Amino acid sequence: MRVYETEIASRLMLGTAQYPSPATLAEAFRRSGAGIATVSVRREAGGERAGAAFWDLVRELGVTVLPNTAGCHSVREAVTTAQMARELFDTAWIKLEVIGHADTLQPDPFGLVEAARILTEDGFQVFPYTTEDVVLAERLLQAGCEVLMPWGAPIGTGLGLTNIYGLRTLRAQFPDVPMVVDAGLGLPSQATMAMEMGFDAVLLNTAVAKAGDPAAMAEGFARAVEAGRLAFEADPMEPRDMAAPSTPVIGKAFLS
Amino acid sequence: MKITVNGTETEVQGDTLAAALDELGYGEAKVATAVNEAFVPATARDRALSPGDRVEIVAPRQGG
Repeated sequence: MRVYETEIASRLMLGTAQYPSPATLAEAFRRSGAGIATVSVRREAGGERAGAAFWDLVRELGVTVLPNTAGCHSVREAVTTAQMARELFDTAWIKLEVIGHADTLQPDPFGLVEAARILTEDGFQVFPYTTEDVVLAERLLQAGCEVLMPWGAPIGTGLGLTNIYGLRTLRAQFPDVPMVVDAGLGLPSQATMAMEMGFDAVLLNTAVAKAGDPAAMAEGFARAVEAGRLAFEADPMEPRDMAAPSTPVIGKAFLS
Repeated sequence: MKITVNGTETEVQGDTLAAALDELGYGEAKVATAVNEAFVPATARDRALSPGDRVEIVAPRQGG
């Protein structure tokens, strides 16, 4: 897939949070084949140097980083966080989150569009964390976004694709816009479903990091994403209500 | 003067952001900064601080 004139080889993007250890994180990335890792910025105390240690770990993964504005609830907060992330990670990419609701972590659509416009004008390449709303999608594209990241379900729930109809509609409305299903996936089968529907990639974190064996789950998702993509490209058969024999009817021995 | 650093009231002697960072032990740390909710690029840390300024200092972290 191609996003902001960058060719992205792997259709699985992986978060870096919540792993039991740095070694597990590294092993999960290795087995996932993910080419993009999401990262964040957080407060650091004087003399702490945790940021430098984490940055060394990420560089050893050999992946492209996609910083986020996770936890930001206002446009100003998200914009300032994005600017700090751009300097720290030396990238124009930003996974833009403007959260509007504390319990569902649902994006604030109004703040999201405003922040996307401000950041795009400032030279950022925005990956907006959005819902399946087609009107919001249209506004984000008008604001300069060249990729959309609709949620499957609220962050960290593992519920999968909770609004299949909405996601299918979004995919169909903007067939040429790269789309990444971001958040809410819990199982590889759900990732396969998203890929079969024609989404270009999936982004997940908790489903891998919180699995009993994160590295094995990472590989499970990698295979699931590949299977779903192959199926989409293979042009699946149309489902039908009535049975249709697959074995030829003609030539069957007449034995009754 | 008293400023707020990452949410904690802090006494600093220096009168610029660069001086405060040095004084608080950030040295060559990989950090980015904001003062009063506005981003301050690394190249602009000679910016003067005033009493009561809210300084945020962040570094790379795990994220989803």
